[in-house]
Amino acid sequence: MSPTSQAHERQPIGKPHGDEERKAATNHVVIDCHIRELYYGTFKAVRDTTIPVKKNTITAFIGPSGCGKSTVLRCLNRMNDLVRGFRFEGHVHFRGRDIYHPSVDAVAVRRFIGMVFQQPNPFATSIYNNVAFGLRLNNYKGDRHAKVEEALKRAALWEEVKDKLHNSGLSLSGGQQQRLCIARAIATEPEVLLMDEPCSALDPIATRRIEELMLELKTRFTIAIVTHNLQQAQRVADLTGFLYVDTTQGGRTGYLVEFGESKQIFEDPKEKHTREYIRGEFS
Amino acid sequence: MATPDATGSSLLSTLPGEPDLNPFAGVDIGELETSLRRPRTLINILLSWLVTGMTLVALVPLFSVIWMLLWRGGRKLSLALFTQLPPAALEQGGGFGNAIVGTLIIVALAALISMPLGILSAVFMAQAPPGDRLAGAVRFAAKVLTGFPSILAGVFAYGAIVLTTGGYSAIAGAVAVSILMLPTIMLTAEDAIRMVPAKMKEAAIGMGATRTQTVLMVLLPTAFPGILTGIMLAVARAAGETAPLLFTALFSNYWPLSGHHPNLMQPTASLAVLIYNFAGMPFQNQVEMAWSAALVMVFMVLITNLIGQSLSRRQVQS
Repeated sequence: MSPTSQAHERQPIGKPHGDEERKAATNHVVIDCHIRELYYGTFKAVRDTTIPVKKNTITAFIGPSGCGKSTVLRCLNRMNDLVRGFRFEGHVHFRGRDIYHPSVDAVAVRRFIGMVFQQPNPFATSIYNNVAFGLRLNNYKGDRHAKVEEALKRAALWEEVKDKLHNSGLSLSGGQQQRLCIARAIATEPEVLLMDEPCSALDPIATRRIEELMLELKTRFTIAIVTHNLQQAQRVADLTGFLYVDTTQGGRTGYLVEFGESKQIFEDPKEKHTREYIRGEFS
Repeated sequence: MATPDATGSSLLSTLPGEPDLNPFAGVDIGELETSLRRPRTLINILLSWLVTGMTLVALVPLFSVIWMLLWRGGRKLSLALFTQLPPAALEQGGGFGNAIVGTLIIVALAALISMPLGILSAVFMAQAPPGDRLAGAVRFAAKVLTGFPSILAGVFAYGAIVLTTGGYSAIAGAVAVSILMLPTIMLTAEDAIRMVPAKMKEAAIGMGATRTQTVLMVLLPTAFPGILTGIMLAVARAAGETAPLLFTALFSNYWPLSGHHPNLMQPTASLAVLIYNFAGMPFQNQVEMAWSAALVMVFMVLITNLIGQSLSRRQVQS
């Protein structure tokens, strides 16, 4: 993490749009993603999508089901490599380096760009071991206890679990499990946190907590989130990209319709499709 | 049997003049009663009795075996049986301590051989992409091997180990037994690894774990209870096998020692072969000892299973 971001002041919760000073600091693009064409086997899933993810901001991907939001998100840390028949044309630059270059190790990419999944997915082991997992992966030599505690505190879970760190992670409630997964992801201090519909399996109260958490986390990390929930994108995201499905060529190919400041996307969308989707005029 | 009738027979539509207002018209409430005259009731009762009866019949051999073991094997049970060596013909007393030790040695060695092979090939089968030819062939071979005649495992080990090393030994017995344990361990471990939720595997990879780290730190620990169950099943089966030991470990009337050191390269006694040898002898002492050995063997298998269950349960809870 660069010195500028550490000196950066934490924004108050619930204040999605900052002042000029913050804008200047956040103009720095961490991930520059340009997908020309993306295939699963012969199926063309996404085309022509360019999204810059800026430092210390929350970027939301919205759009109808099957428009490729998650696919785009999973491109950013090469999770799609696991899918058979995955083929990608374009580039994803992480701090200026193309992560799809043959010389780049996908495993190393994922240590810089962490991920939180739709379903809370803690390991079947203790809360402590769940958070320490990434530290063990990286053979972290320092004080692991301190790191685990710090991650749990940042994930707003410490107070609830500090007396039962050796209970199973699976014994927690759904919302707690998701915060545990966030703690696990941030324990190794990745640069970017990708969140694939992190609240879709949670109730509204747990959802609210995760949203508050995201706003706190963005002072240290950069976040990209896929969400089905338009209000959620409006509440937390600084920038929003709207993806839509193009069915004109027979297939179902997703593409980026519009990208910009969340305020502009939600209050003054430029494109017809965006306007219809945001007003709920969609079939 | 009453037939559904819109107005007449329905109990609820007795008011004259307004039969159509009854919302339950057409329902014959008499249909609700159980009656032996209805075929479905009759068949239901008959089949219930049949199922219960067949279950009891199936339990007869099981309980008679246990009864005979306890009755005939339990009579002569004593501490000496566990500490002394087998008696010679017409000799009184004696025990089968060396056969218990021999069985433990052979089964432990067989487990040492079959566990790494079985678990690692299970990882391969579970991790191979769907439709992978080699994984399919390995799985098919393992399934064929589950029905492998145990005597052939003995013949194989005789040819491969006894003839090449120049003698019967605990090692040869362990190799024969491990062939029988291997497919059980492979198939149950593969199932256990496949049962690990895909989202956990995804979580590990999303954290930047390599394939090796994913297997060692997530898949195997999560699948551990299932893998252990398979190992225990295999051990329980292996402990009772006689045929593969007959011409591999053979038998011995002495402890598996040379001097004061354990020796795995000499003929070794086992409970199964002791039962086989002694049960056919014309001496009462030996025949009684065979019964006691059978009882001890059943208990050893039972204890193995109980230990396995408690271990895997503890793992699930933590």
